[in-house]
Amino acid sequence: MIEISHVNKWYSPSFQVLTDCTTSVTKGEVVVVCGPSGSGKSTLIKCVNALEPFQSGDILVDGTKVNDPKTNLPKLRSRVGMVFQHFELFPHLKIIDNLCLAQEKVLGRGHDKSVTKGMQLLERVGLKEQAQKFPAQLSGGQQQRVAIARALAMDPIVMLFDEPTSALDPEMVSEVLDVMVDLAREGMTMMVVTHEMGFARKVANRVIFMDRGEIVEDAPKEDFFGKPRSDRAQKFLSKILSH
Amino acid sequence: MLGNFDFDVIRRALPYLFYEGMTFTLTLTGLAALGGLIFGTALALMRLSGLKLLGRIAGIYVDFMRSLPLVLVIFWFYFLVPYIGQWLTGASRPISVGAFASSLITFIMFEAAYFSEIMRAGIQSISRGQPAAASALGLTYAQTMRYVVLPQAFRNMLPVLITQTIVLFQDTSLVYVLSITDFLGAASKVAQRDGRLVEMYLFAAVVYFTISCIASFGVRRLQARIAIIR
Ligand SMILES: Nc1ncnc2c1ncn2[C@@H]1O[C@H](COP(=O)(O)OP(=O)(O)OP(=O)(O)O)[C@@H](O)[C@H]1O
Ligand SMILES: [Mg+2]
Repeated sequence: MIEISHVNKWYSPSFQVLTDCTTSVTKGEVVVVCGPSGSGKSTLIKCVNALEPFQSGDILVDGTKVNDPKTNLPKLRSRVGMVFQHFELFPHLKIIDNLCLAQEKVLGRGHDKSVTKGMQLLERVGLKEQAQKFPAQLSGGQQQRVAIARALAMDPIVMLFDEPTSALDPEMVSEVLDVMVDLAREGMTMMVVTHEMGFARKVANRVIFMDRGEIVEDAPKEDFFGKPRSDRAQKFLSKILSH
Repeated sequence: MLGNFDFDVIRRALPYLFYEGMTFTLTLTGLAALGGLIFGTALALMRLSGLKLLGRIAGIYVDFMRSLPLVLVIFWFYFLVPYIGQWLTGASRPISVGAFASSLITFIMFEAAYFSEIMRAGIQSISRGQPAAASALGLTYAQTMRYVVLPQAFRNMLPVLITQTIVLFQDTSLVYVLSITDFLGAASKVAQRDGRLVEMYLFAAVVYFTISCIASFGVRRLQARIAIIR
């Protein structure tokens, strides 16, 4: 579903943020990406839907080459759901309109159909009653669930998550993770940047560990938690698991 | 001096002052604000487009307009436009452009320079995550601007935009150099005709002051409301 091969990216000639990153996510797979702050996790995941350009290597999403200038990027992105650390709901639109905007403008769905779909998804994330509110009136956990629903409204073939719970108060983390776990169990293909190792243990198929722009470890979950092969991964794990 | 202050002069002139003068002033203010906002937003988008040439052109335009006195622009534009039109269309005689059209175009072009700076600040005030989220949903650049960025920028900048429009409202009185009957022009005509300068100019000042004050008060209430929503 996602094929990342030999991706290199520089933010400036002297600063290489991604070095020869190669990995893949197959259909129905859940891959967790972790690693220390600044290691390039967000950058890598943003390369997948071309929110960030990269200088060499290739990324294929469902057979479409992301870095081909001829690729219709808006169309590709509409099939790849993305959830951000800071939710990024549109504050000037009601919750339901947040869910309808792209359905109508990008997919060309009629308004009524979009609203029906939107309400279904809000119900699914337990927020049907909030449809007429504005994002600022919701808690962080609620906003993030809306953001997930908004991405799902586009019927994505794969979902990308960039630290979806790290901006949340601790008591709100689980309500968001629950939604994600359900999604994973339903067979959604997911690439998830997170430090929530509980989530990884529960639903991940593979875990990728990044450090200084490199994919240091890329292993099935059991192997990764059993005996990470690199020192750096081991250190990182002991640090985040200790608290 | 105020001993023989004649209120009746003002009263008799009221229909003329408001139906003719104020109608013109408000029409010019409204249309110029709307046109200036649209053109100014286009300039702001050019400057933020990341395309060097486009940004430079818009930048030079804005700096140029902001370094000229408005009254000169009005004056020159009125006298030059017929010749520019002639040159552009290849007509045999200067194209005649009415005083209203000429002043409206001038104000739109001039105000656009100021509105563009306001809109630019408004667009920059929006976090980069917003356009990123819009793109990630598949919206094109144009759709992202239209449905996500500009509505928020406009809302954030509304108080400043209205304040600038109040300035514009006062500045429209400069069309007197084209002998146009705007509100001040009307007042000045009555003043000359009846020899009642004190009454008419004082009254004109009171009217400009009152309208501007009410508008400013409105802006402050608006600011307070916006502060609560955010
Ligand atoms: N637009 C940018 N321009 C220049 N450097 C950047 C830019 N965005 C990120 N970086 C740098 O690239 C590196 C990787 O950033 P990235 O956001 O991908 O890290 P991350 O692994 O997601 O970290 P975190 O856990 O803090 O989110 C960091 O050193 C960051 O400072
Ligand atoms: Mg990050």
